[in-house]
Amino acid sequence: MVAVRDLVKTYPAVRGRRGAPDVPAVRASDSIALDIRRGEIFGLLGPNGAGKSTLVRQLTGLLRPDSGSVTVLGHDLVRHPERAARLLAYLGQESTALDEMTVSLAVETTGRLRGLDTRTARAERDAVLDELGLAGIAGRPLKKLSGGQRRLACFATVLVGERPLLVLDEPTTGMDPVARRAVWSAVDRRRAERGATVLLVTHNVIEAETVLDRVAVIDRGRVIACDTPGGLKEMVGEEVRVELVWRDRPPLDVPEVARLGEHARQGGRRWTLRMAPDEARAAVAAVTGGPAFAALDDFTLATPSLEDVYLALGGRTEEGLVKA
Amino acid sequence: MTVVPAEAVTGERAGTGSRDVPAAAELAPRARLRPALAAVYRAQLSRARVARIPLLFVATFQSVGIMILMRGVADGPDEARAVVAGSSVLVVAFVALNLLAQYFGQLRAGGGLDHYATLPVPPAAVVLGAAAAYASFTVPGAVVTAVAGSVLFQLPLANLWVLVAVIPLSGAALSGLGAALGLLAPRQELATLLGQLGMSAALLLGVLPADRLPALIAYARDLLPSTYGVEALAHSFDAHPNWLLILLDLGVCAAVGVLSLSVATWAYRRAAVR
Repeated sequence: MVAVRDLVKTYPAVRGRRGAPDVPAVRASDSIALDIRRGEIFGLLGPNGAGKSTLVRQLTGLLRPDSGSVTVLGHDLVRHPERAARLLAYLGQESTALDEMTVSLAVETTGRLRGLDTRTARAERDAVLDELGLAGIAGRPLKKLSGGQRRLACFATVLVGERPLLVLDEPTTGMDPVARRAVWSAVDRRRAERGATVLLVTHNVIEAETVLDRVAVIDRGRVIACDTPGGLKEMVGEEVRVELVWRDRPPLDVPEVARLGEHARQGGRRWTLRMAPDEARAAVAAVTGGPAFAALDDFTLATPSLEDVYLALGGRTEEGLVKA
Repeated sequence: MTVVPAEAVTGERAGTGSRDVPAAAELAPRARLRPALAAVYRAQLSRARVARIPLLFVATFQSVGIMILMRGVADGPDEARAVVAGSSVLVVAFVALNLLAQYFGQLRAGGGLDHYATLPVPPAAVVLGAAAAYASFTVPGAVVTAVAGSVLFQLPLANLWVLVAVIPLSGAALSGLGAALGLLAPRQELATLLGQLGMSAALLLGVLPADRLPALIAYARDLLPSTYGVEALAHSFDAHPNWLLILLDLGVCAAVGVLSLSVATWAYRRAAVR
């Protein structure tokens, strides 16, 4: 369905002007190789700046790679980037082109520009607006909508004029749970009824775990792992995550606490530890039992998530990923 | 009914030859130029209705204001014609050149071009649709200015129908220029600046009577496409208009329009895939 081989894209260095520091060259895609199968929901997970959007823009013909190949449904998109528009529908992060149109006109116009005749475009527009629950706000300009509603309207434009591949760059940003559900059921319906394939960019761990069939973890322009969410979680094995939140400062005079502190990732009042289940039990017993308990504000004990996988694989920061 | 082997169909539609195909999928059809242009035009017009009406009032008031100001200065029939024609075409320059340059600059900076670039639409449809919409939007302002100016300076209204050609042709030339500037400017602020400068040039070089300008500036005036729209309109106020001359001026507008819109289409293609 989609095959990416040895994809390299480097953004050139920028000389800083008048006090601004120089920006060194960034290798946003570093020898990326991927295979996406027909009918699967494939995810790219990583924090902001990991190179997800750069990769997606090369897959959609918007950005020319320095080297490497991108093949979608048998078509070489590096040599023929203009074919991308006839194979896939893309939801970017920006809505500038549609902002001042009404929802209804934005969807209809997109359908017509995707090659539908007026009557089909209108019929598909009505169907999609109903499906996503947007009929009530069809007459309002996108600019006047809330962030989540606007995002949903943009998502609607992806669904008019059927395409076998949907490329969605953070589709649910700012959406409430109802809108999110509308997005995922629309995606599922297209997969079940028409065998559509979905490539999804996300930095949301929970979303990645619940909707993706397979996920590639991206960090600093490289694919550092690629498997099913379950398969990835097995990589961190049995380890569980313990989070401790102190009221004020950690009681380092307690020897058990001092020992835990050596292994903890510390962020302000919050400590995060990854350890084997029996060690975790002992640690929780130590902080909830003895004198340390008075200093403890809160604690959690959790099975590994994709975030732990990301960290275990050498991912940079915890802040890059969202858990909601 | 003809039976064609399936491989032949997919192979040919895919256009990839025999080498890299085991299963090259059929490509969805492209949007054809005219329906796509119509769709873009309609969408742009509705956008403009939401966001641009106040600016259109500004454009018209500005031109009417300039004519009132120039009433004390313009003391002959030639000056009066130049002022009225220049002010009318200024409305076109304000919207088609200045606002369109800003729009495309903003679209490019904000990633809005991605939307069009990932749809199978001919680049010319996007550029021409937007340019046509902006040019249409100048019609009421330009007509109001021309009529108000003719009344103000007691010029004959009989040949104002020539606006039917002047507005679209100077609109094509100026909106092509505006779109090209907006798409070629490396930064959004620069696109805005270039649009403003273009409009200021149209204001100064169009409204001021040509024979009072220093030689160097008179050459600059000849280089500005709006000048030919202004000249065509100014000539139509004559008692016995020289239609050949008017036709010639409009021909220059049309030629510049074709050229600048082609450049803008090329610039769009260049901006869409980086």
